[in-house]
Amino acid sequence: MLKPIFYEQVMKRILFIGTAITVFILFFIILYILKNGLPVVDLEFLLSSPKDFGRAGGIFPCIVGTIVLTLVAIIIATPLGVGTAIYLREYTREGRLTSIIRFGTECLAGIPSIIFGLFGFVLFVVYLGFGWSILSGGLTMTFMILPTIIRTSEEAIKSVPASYREVSLSLGATKWQTIIKVVLPSALPGIVTGIILGVARSIEETAVVIFTAGSVLRIPTSLFDSCRTMSVHFYILAREGISMENAYGTAAILIITILLINMFAYWLMHRLMAKYS
Amino acid sequence: MKYRENLIQIGLLLTALSTIAILFLIALFILHEGLPIILKVGIKGFICGSHWSPQQGHFGIFPMIIGTVWITIGALLVSLPLSLSCAIYLSEFSTTKVRAVLKPVIELLAGIPSVVYGFIGMVVLFPMVRNYFGGTGPCILSAAIILGIMILPTITSIAIDSLQAVPYSFREGSLSLGATRWQTIRMVILPAAKSGILSGIILGVGRAVGETMAVIMIAGNSVIIPGSFLDPVRTLTANIALEMNYATGDHRQALFATGIVLFIAIIILNIIANTIARRGVEK
Amino acid sequence: MYRLISVMLILMVGMGCARNNVETINIAGSTAFQPFAEKLAEEFMAVHPDVRVNVQGGGSAVGIQSAQSGVVQIGMADIVTLPKEAEGLNSIVAAKDAIVIIVHPTNKVDNLSLQQIQDIFSGRLNNWAELGGEKGEKGEKGENKSITVVSREEGSGTRDSFHDMLLKGVQLSPHALIQNSTGAVRLMVQSDPSAIGYITHGVVTPDVKAIAIDGIAPSPENIHAGKYNVVRPIFLLTKGELKGKAGEFIDFILSPQGQKIIADNGLLPVK
Repeated sequence: MLKPIFYEQVMKRILFIGTAITVFILFFIILYILKNGLPVVDLEFLLSSPKDFGRAGGIFPCIVGTIVLTLVAIIIATPLGVGTAIYLREYTREGRLTSIIRFGTECLAGIPSIIFGLFGFVLFVVYLGFGWSILSGGLTMTFMILPTIIRTSEEAIKSVPASYREVSLSLGATKWQTIIKVVLPSALPGIVTGIILGVARSIEETAVVIFTAGSVLRIPTSLFDSCRTMSVHFYILAREGISMENAYGTAAILIITILLINMFAYWLMHRLMAKYS
Repeated sequence: MKYRENLIQIGLLLTALSTIAILFLIALFILHEGLPIILKVGIKGFICGSHWSPQQGHFGIFPMIIGTVWITIGALLVSLPLSLSCAIYLSEFSTTKVRAVLKPVIELLAGIPSVVYGFIGMVVLFPMVRNYFGGTGPCILSAAIILGIMILPTITSIAIDSLQAVPYSFREGSLSLGATRWQTIRMVILPAAKSGILSGIILGVGRAVGETMAVIMIAGNSVIIPGSFLDPVRTLTANIALEMNYATGDHRQALFATGIVLFIAIIILNIIANTIARRGVEK
Repeated sequence: MYRLISVMLILMVGMGCARNNVETINIAGSTAFQPFAEKLAEEFMAVHPDVRVNVQGGGSAVGIQSAQSGVVQIGMADIVTLPKEAEGLNSIVAAKDAIVIIVHPTNKVDNLSLQQIQDIFSGRLNNWAELGGEKGEKGEKGENKSITVVSREEGSGTRDSFHDMLLKGVQLSPHALIQNSTGAVRLMVQSDPSAIGYITHGVVTPDVKAIAIDGIAPSPENIHAGKYNVVRPIFLLTKGELKGKAGEFIDFILSPQGQKIIADNGLLPVK
């Protein structure tokens, strides 16, 4: 029979090793990409157009494509998601309807991206005739990130103390005024986190973008233009063996972008939390 | 004023229903495109048939179902020990500061594009697998390792959240009764956080089942029922993404039908997760 | 909040309307021809600044479908025989493409007979030693490594053409690895010493070795002279005669200048 204290020490070591391996894997992946990718990254790589299918030149159109596609998705998904969260938390009691909506949201969150891709392709590209375009891609992406935004917004709204609402209502504000002036501002950090997670998801997605937004390697000038996001560009460069250097370079930019977004999200969250608490 | 408030409420209800509408739309379109071929081949023939050569009119996706299951189980075997120890360590043993730094760092793993994982699998993992285990490189093992890493952040992050959600008084109570920290974790905290952790695992399973691009790059995509973990396999998602580009007619329908099977599998997984979560709440 | 949303909406609408009088030509289909079409489009747009050519991949089936449904003006297909879905479409052969069999550069085998190719791809033959290769391409542990067959996905134009012209009805081994693009097949072969695959001639690099079939090497001379005959056509599909810029673009592809671009990048010109 092992002594409990000894046992605890053993378990602690084991758990520590598990944690260390996880962190090691993370750093390995990030450093591997950065080590291979950063040498090709310079201002010109960021700001010039690719030449020769991406074998030479930069990735500027892909950066623009990524930003625009993500913007479209976020602009549509945020009001929908936050609205749903407000409805679920502020306007109804828990019941059949809310559990159906929640279940629907969870199912939507679990649906493989390839199915969103099939669906977006059939509905937007073919049926509605948008073609492979930022619009088709953005709308499909909206559906993908909606559950994340709903879930995080709901959590955020839930955590706003009831006393805030009571004070506002007792001062004569209507329910909607209370929500806009009191509940949403204090829930903002959580909502922003949800949006950031959505941004990250639409940046990293590949299959859906190829199916719905296409992969044209040019700076888009309208919502009906096709675009190629950085992830898609990386996939095509690496998969077709067009240029490993530029593939690594694109991946490095991708990872740095995701890093910055996450850091920004945390910074924002802390700032807002400090402000409201 | 009252009128306006009502209008807002109705508007919000409509937005809230949008997710349900989207879910229905997806189901409708996928069913519309894929159901005819399932009816033609028969549900049993489609799901249990082991011969897939759509251009000769054979539509059996059984090998891909098996492939998906194997890879998912493998990914869990890789991921669970790491993610759970990581979650327990960060939640119960590390300082708040370490947790505040490492949790977002691990969540960062979730933001790395799956194609990057797939690519690293191809250039780093294939040679390793070939050297240490034999085989050609693309196989269940490679896919399980990469997918296991990919679902690490999902499971870890949700598990940390559910461990942290266990009220602090539980820990104090147990510790003051003379239990060690590990005993407290095992007897008090883990049981209390069980349902949250389980739903995190199920979300991880969902992600593993649904992953497409990385799997295409590292699983080999042969339509065979695997005999060992070094055999290449094809998953349901890979089947769709691989062949969609060139598919017409019945072949195309069969790919949408693969999507239906996937869709139903995910819904069932979600129902399970939901039931577990609800049972946790009731307790 | 409201202001933010409305500003964003205006921005979006503005972007949507920004498509001024520039004519757009949409092309989609064959991934094998896609890079060439992009290159051609680049050159064409340099001369015609008022035209935007959007080139999409998608595959031959997408090319045929989207040309039929009018999503694109020009579909691209790279199959030996066009399927019945392409009925009613105008087809123009824009280029020809040789398919070559590739192995790892360290492989000692330089030549395979048609029979051997069929045996390898059907899985009947699975050791390089039986083909005059090194006593089995040795794995790291010294065991005889079996041949790794790499093929394309069902429905791919390259695969269909390969089956039509070389396998001739012989079934592909189910153990073959399946990759969904030419580049991926090449990557697979260059990273595995015991692999064999097939890709279009235009993208062969020194990382892989193209081998002769029945003694005829897939050299540019042999291909141009028609000696190496594993060659498939690349079709441009249109719904009726194309007028305007799209028609001009096709004329450009078939012009000596266009055909030169095609030849310079590894495909066979038709003129």
